[in-house]
Amino acid sequence: MKRVTMNMLLAGLTAACLTSLSAPASAQSTLDAVKKRGKLICGVSQPTPGFAVPDSKGVMTGFDVDICRAVASAVFGSPDKVDFVPTNINTRFQVLQSGEIDILSRQTTMTFSRDNSLGLDFGPPVFYDGQGLMVHKKLNISNAKDLDGAAICLLPGTTTLQNLADFFRANNKKFESVVFENPDENRNAFFSGRCDATTSDRSDLASVRAVANNPADYVVLPETISKEPLAPVVRQGDSNWRDIVSWSVYTLIAAEEKGITKNNVDQQLSSQDPEIQRMLGVTGDFGKMIGLDNRWAYNIIKGIGNYSDVFERNLGEKTALGLTRGPNQQWSKGGLLYAPPFR
Amino acid sequence: MHAASQSPWRIIYDLRARAIFYQIVCAASVVLIAYFLFTNATGSLARQNITTGFAYLSREAGFVISQSPISYQPSDTYARALLVGIMNTVRVSILAAFLATVIGTLVGIARLSANPLLSRLAMVYVDVLRNVPLLLFLFLWYAVIVTSLPPARQAYQILPHVYLSNGGLIVPALQWSQELTYISLALIAGIGLAFPFARKMRDKRVVTGVERRRWPLVLLAVIAPPLLFFAVLRPTLAMDWPEIGRFRIAGGAQLMPEFVALLVGLSLSASANVAEIVRSGITAVKKGQWEAAASLGLHRPLALRLVILPQSLRVIIPPMTSTYLNVFKNSSLAIAIGYPDLVMVSNTIMNQTGQAIEPIAIFMMVYLSLSLCISAFMNWYNARVALRG
Repeated sequence: MKRVTMNMLLAGLTAACLTSLSAPASAQSTLDAVKKRGKLICGVSQPTPGFAVPDSKGVMTGFDVDICRAVASAVFGSPDKVDFVPTNINTRFQVLQSGEIDILSRQTTMTFSRDNSLGLDFGPPVFYDGQGLMVHKKLNISNAKDLDGAAICLLPGTTTLQNLADFFRANNKKFESVVFENPDENRNAFFSGRCDATTSDRSDLASVRAVANNPADYVVLPETISKEPLAPVVRQGDSNWRDIVSWSVYTLIAAEEKGITKNNVDQQLSSQDPEIQRMLGVTGDFGKMIGLDNRWAYNIIKGIGNYSDVFERNLGEKTALGLTRGPNQQWSKGGLLYAPPFR
Repeated sequence: MHAASQSPWRIIYDLRARAIFYQIVCAASVVLIAYFLFTNATGSLARQNITTGFAYLSREAGFVISQSPISYQPSDTYARALLVGIMNTVRVSILAAFLATVIGTLVGIARLSANPLLSRLAMVYVDVLRNVPLLLFLFLWYAVIVTSLPPARQAYQILPHVYLSNGGLIVPALQWSQELTYISLALIAGIGLAFPFARKMRDKRVVTGVERRRWPLVLLAVIAPPLLFFAVLRPTLAMDWPEIGRFRIAGGAQLMPEFVALLVGLSLSASANVAEIVRSGITAVKKGQWEAAASLGLHRPLALRLVILPQSLRVIIPPMTSTYLNVFKNSSLAIAIGYPDLVMVSNTIMNQTGQAIEPIAIFMMVYLSLSLCISAFMNWYNARVALRG
């Protein structure tokens, strides 16, 4: 009896070793994998108003969510063929690296070291943000340099912590940092007065302020202490997939520039503008070049609209966040949004 | 017959040889699996162009850690930041283990008290603390501190120069100097000296039967070395007085609310466990021991201290080891309430460098080695109190 169990154990171990050794690393492209699965898997923030939050019916909405829906529309012709995975700020890159998600659309700042040491590639920035500071209004502070000696609550988010340390060091000021893993705890500590200020990307501060009992009690200081171009991220080494993500974003921007909206996209199919014709797949074979249906860009606009639609719906002045376009304006209107030509 | 027993194949019928063979195969497969996991991970990291290795440890950390037992600047290295995290973890764990032992022992004894009010209260205490997850308690204590106390600008002044606010408790402190470090080392040496001293006096009492006051001499053993050092070194003593600044109270020694919430949470939860362990230890000692002690004329508290507790230690120590290990490991929940322990610092490092495997490997190694140290110490102590022979 003893021998039998021992032999079985050994056989099992050997088999396990052999199978795991012989398991080949799949060289399948991301697009093929997504198509085969029948839906996109997209990593987004843990609930953050304006960027990724379920609505009253449990449907995910938000700016980052819509970027994923744009890609899903380009691939499947439907903005709904996507599963959303809330990702932790500490493990977001690992989730992407390990292949659990196809695209990370999570308020993520594009930086040199992330682009070059993590085996990841960034798409074009979708939101030009910068780190700001929010304080209690009753402190009567108008300037971030007045915060010498203040306690500042923040999330362990990467660039945030370093930018803040750099800003205070550069100005020869000191501060006390209180770092929270969880956004809720961070907000509560700030609202309760444990901290004099909180810091994050300005868009995120607007999101924090939007959930306060009385948003008027808090002011965002005028300084922007860093550049935070937020961009979608994909795995390195799959150029076609990266192109699909990049050009889905460019489609949103170009559509706004050309005046194509969710509502008029069908009329625009008969537009005389050759670039619109190429873009919407009326003429040419752009779809084939990128490995998608020729109607891919039409599907994006039909599915979620253009950049302006996405911005105003989730972050704009009519929402709780109440953000203005700022630098996230078309280049022709003095902003930073610039889509390369569809030619 | 003779030839057959000489055959080298005969060894496969030898039970001992077989046993050794199986052991070798088993160990080899474990090593093989570990090797496979390691090469697989490093291989796929290299394939995905992900940076690996520990080179980042010597790079500049660039982030602020507010609570640090050693001096630390953002311009220091990641390795030093990690050291700060380890020291913060160790500091809160040791204090929490100590408090849990003291509170737990008292509650455990109270639970056995003949006074129904006291024993019922102790029971409620144990039941409430044992049956709610520690994380919720941490949130509770932290919320209590942060929301019930005023912001630093309107801090309560409990004593002159002592302030209490939701930024923490702030008291005046000595300005630390090199000389003071030597004096504290001398104090530790004095405490070390007092133990053999006290034992010697007890032995003498046992031999001669003459009861003499021990404490003045023991106290002398403790304070003489630091006093001597003080007289020789003559440190300049300067106080660091806290002052209310525009936002915070600057200077002095600060007890942060995050630290206090974690310390209270850890020690109270563990004290409930300790109380039950102590109770079981005491009830494990036979009733006859109480009666024997009483017949010698010892009243109840003295019987407890001299007869019962020393015997119950044999039952108490082994489960206490796992309670201490739990305190140590649970301190990693600090991350939820913003105390910069090892896990939080590691997470920040992970975040900034984008390397996940190495920081996790480091913090697992640290937890493992410190846990093994705790076990080793407790096993040594257990062997000391165990019945000999």
